[in-house]
Amino acid sequence: MTATPAIEGWFTTGAAPALLGSRCTDCGTVYFPRELVFCKNPACSGETFEEYAFSRTGKVWSYTDAQYQPPPPYVPVADPYVPFALAAVELEEGLVVLGQVADGYGVADLKVGTPVELVVETLYTDDTGDRTIWRWKPVGRSSEPGRSSAVETPGGAG
Amino acid sequence: MNTDVAIAGVGMHPWGKWGRSFVTYGVHAARAALADAGVDWQDVGLIVGGETVRNGYGGYVAGATFAQALGWNGAKVATSYAACATGAQALDTARSRILAGQTDVALVVGADTTPKGFLAPNAGERWDDPDWLRFRLMGMTNPGYFALYARRRMDLYGATQADFAAVKVKNAKHGLSNPNARYRKEVSAEDVLNSAVVSDPLHLLDICATSDGGAAVLLTSLDYARKHGIADPVRIKAISTVTPVFPQTVMDMPNFSTDSSAVVPAQDRTFKESLGDAAYAEAGIGPEDVSVAEVYDLSTALELDWIEDLSLCKRGEAEHLLRAGDTTIGGRIPVNPSGGLACFGEAVPAQALAQVCELTWQLRGQAEGRQVEGARIGITANQGLFGHGSSVIVAR
Repeated sequence: MTATPAIEGWFTTGAAPALLGSRCTDCGTVYFPRELVFCKNPACSGETFEEYAFSRTGKVWSYTDAQYQPPPPYVPVADPYVPFALAAVELEEGLVVLGQVADGYGVADLKVGTPVELVVETLYTDDTGDRTIWRWKPVGRSSEPGRSSAVETPGGAG
Repeated sequence: MNTDVAIAGVGMHPWGKWGRSFVTYGVHAARAALADAGVDWQDVGLIVGGETVRNGYGGYVAGATFAQALGWNGAKVATSYAACATGAQALDTARSRILAGQTDVALVVGADTTPKGFLAPNAGERWDDPDWLRFRLMGMTNPGYFALYARRRMDLYGATQADFAAVKVKNAKHGLSNPNARYRKEVSAEDVLNSAVVSDPLHLLDICATSDGGAAVLLTSLDYARKHGIADPVRIKAISTVTPVFPQTVMDMPNFSTDSSAVVPAQDRTFKESLGDAAYAEAGIGPEDVSVAEVYDLSTALELDWIEDLSLCKRGEAEHLLRAGDTTIGGRIPVNPSGGLACFGEAVPAQALAQVCELTWQLRGQAEGRQVEGARIGITANQGLFGHGSSVIVAR
């Protein structure tokens, strides 16, 4: 049983994992998830692309969590359900990419602008073993995870 | 050249979870609009249906389905689909045919029957479908996207969860006496703040439900209206259904990412701002002329975004309007006097038409129990998936 990505070819694994996308060889516009058919730049009719590895760090554009278990095809990983956080992260390539937030971190650890880095963690386990996914991990402020996002006092952020 | 058309009649089937065929709601709304206008179905030269994607083949050919249910009368037919903007695109089709001189009377109908519970993607393993993948790879739900926008308002502009709750309180009050609203009950800020958090910072009562419902609008040429004694009708001044301009740099449902602005710089105006901009330009008016707005409050916080997207105030100032009571009926610029999606829930192909129905009643002074006094110009705003959206301006 080995760990394999939950989806093939969307990210690299190893010590310094990164998102994999594509880059139009005509105009240079980058895409995640990869675009391999038509460049979406209206001034470009490019149809050829090369693989592109995105920068591993970015800044939080916004964030939330899932306090109700999402419907299928989400694969539940704990019973009872444990909420997880999500972040939309702005990369230096000028795009915002969504992802779950790393284990142990919740919305209390995030602000718009918080620096994060990409990590690869287990999303769920199936009969082939662990299936992994990219996640965003807060960096640069504290290495200690803050409280989990599971409970937010209603009105408490007001 | 005068490009106005007349809204000769409007009608709705009440929103709810009635569990009947969408055709029932559509025909009910259509007959109500025809009766409102005093126009016979036999005089309708074009029927445009808003497609519903969850009701089988009859939903895919909604225009013909409604025409057959009303009794084939030989009218031309069209069916539109533009996700949540379906009704506005159908309305635009009807208006264009009238302005092109191809018909004098066009009936636009949208109706939906929705499943129970949260909207989930279609079944089966669909690894090439982003709408399926976002659930499998991230567990990202629709409220999750709404929550991203809400959280930005909090971190960037100092909005609070109490502000979001205040939007719900206001809209619940607005919709109390609206006979077509599904939820007609006062809601307190405590009710909202004590409801479960779905996606931080949004509570259950911040997020709109899905509903059954139907809405219809009967459009005619100004000549036809005059000849049929429809004096001083509400007129359509603009229907904006523009698409985004690359690069789309705002995270949008159901996507994993935005376009990159590395090669082509980001636009000055966002897609949602451009919807209103195009409507104002077409109508030849500005935001300062607007007396009332119906905006797409899929969440409470999104109502605040729309107020700014429509340039009714500066970016980051919508909470100030809300707190000052400006967006309440009786205030400077009432927003969602119908009660909005907060009181209706969403019936996708009918919803953009329902916005137009409400503004028509408002401009006629017939919005009993929720009237914006002296309303002369109304604007709608709405956004759907896949680059769809709309803004309609009506005036009297």
